[in-house]
Amino acid sequence: MMDWLLPVQNLLGPAWLPIWTVVKIMLIVAPLMGAVAYLTLAERKVIGWMQIRIGPNRVGYFGLLQPLADGLKLFMKEIIVPSGSNKFLFVIAPIMVLMPALAAWAVVPFNAELVLSNANAGLLYILAMTSLGVYGVIIAGWASNSKYAFLGCLRSAAQIVSYEIAMGFALVTVLMAAQSLNLGDIVKGQHGNYGMLNWYIIPLFPMFIVYLISGVAETNRAPFDVAEGESEIVAGFHVEYSGMAFALFFLGEYANMILVAFLTSIMFLGGWLSPVPFLPDSIVWMLGKVAFVLFLFLWFRATFPRYRYDQLMRLGWKVFIPVSLIWVVVVGAWMQTSYWLW
Amino acid sequence: MSFFDVVFYLFATITVLAGVGVVVARNPVHAALFLVLAFCSAAGIWMLLEAEFLAITLILVYVGAVMVLFLFVVMMLDINLVKLREGFWRWFPFGALLAGLMVFEMVWVLGSRQTADVSKAIVHAADYSNTKELGRLIYTQYVYPFEIAAVILLVAMVAAIALTLRRRAGVKSQNVADQVKVKKADRLRIVSMKSEPKQ
Repeated sequence: MMDWLLPVQNLLGPAWLPIWTVVKIMLIVAPLMGAVAYLTLAERKVIGWMQIRIGPNRVGYFGLLQPLADGLKLFMKEIIVPSGSNKFLFVIAPIMVLMPALAAWAVVPFNAELVLSNANAGLLYILAMTSLGVYGVIIAGWASNSKYAFLGCLRSAAQIVSYEIAMGFALVTVLMAAQSLNLGDIVKGQHGNYGMLNWYIIPLFPMFIVYLISGVAETNRAPFDVAEGESEIVAGFHVEYSGMAFALFFLGEYANMILVAFLTSIMFLGGWLSPVPFLPDSIVWMLGKVAFVLFLFLWFRATFPRYRYDQLMRLGWKVFIPVSLIWVVVVGAWMQTSYWLW
Repeated sequence: MSFFDVVFYLFATITVLAGVGVVVARNPVHAALFLVLAFCSAAGIWMLLEAEFLAITLILVYVGAVMVLFLFVVMMLDINLVKLREGFWRWFPFGALLAGLMVFEMVWVLGSRQTADVSKAIVHAADYSNTKELGRLIYTQYVYPFEIAAVILLVAMVAAIALTLRRRAGVKSQNVADQVKVKKADRLRIVSMKSEPKQ
């Protein structure tokens, strides 16, 4: 497949592997950052249209240069470190948010061959990496040495920790259905003669809903954005941040959104598999499904009012966790019968 | 020294330094974060041993869940640092003695001739799935110990919840059932009235 790279490989010798890996990482991270930038534009456009506005249309044709302008503005701004803050932790917190959001991409497959690391324990790795994201939030809130940031961090961290459990159980059902932790094998398990009827969304539909909603809550998006809650606490844990440090939190949030969209399409919507048997499988399907899930995220934000904090906790603990626990048992029993067709 | 050794000593040094950090850090939050660092580098060492399930579970359970709750508690408690550090030097010799004893025991066990072969990592093929193998063993050969451990954890959880469950007077809690049952007619009254003439 990569025959034309062989001379370069021979030239570099043992240094080849690290260099090639870094190149591959860049090939994932650079488009991801581009996608994050244009997701912010898409969000403003889509919400604008839903509210019968135009959205940004001044910078560049159709507003296409708006993300670049926003990025430039944030780069130029000064990062103010509060005098009573813990300097080291204050600086490291945005990095702690972004790092796991990027690290999780190592095992995400884009099509049957295109994956950085075809790890056997891919699903576990994703769970572990996404569970690290909460540290950035906690450290940011604590290191700011401000009670508003601290309150916001407690709300946000409690929310992330609660919804992680339901999300984990949703992944357990997928793992039971696919009998593999490898994300590539999970997609291959949904391959069959009936196109989209072979996808796990059919037997695991309740889990699909639980996963999608938990994904929205995990990424602190509306209607679960109590951490930001403009009307109550104004921006929560990152209230003391400015400039690029502030932007890093949003980079992490949007990268996580795209990650959740990818995982939803890999685990429930058949990844790169075609929805109808007569069309070939391709990465185009994958990107289309991801775009659809991302559109759902924006749609939710434009449609639903914010949850009250106790309602949010109730939904996580008293609805999603019991539902997912029951569905684990249902799927387990179902798989023992001959009616399990997936 | 191979690349493997370099990575091992790097992780080992970080683990030990982070462990020392947990003990000597003045601020409890810093101590908890040092513990997180120690867990992460210990997971790195396990990964080197090809025990990927254990490594990832260490991150997932201890770093992703247990330490988060620890941090929560430590951050919210009003801890008196002076009182906490009282008697540090008085108990230091005792602690140092215990630590030295544990190091000696580990060196003794791991370095002895009987365990010389056992302590070597077993190298597997690339497609060997540690997770699958572990799952098979836990749910067949060790299913009773596993289930008993799970039940004990459940009992501990119920006990912890029962400890905090007490009736308190004057608590304003939401009655969710009542909130859900509310109909539009209970809250909203539409009155038909004539429009007022223009002034």
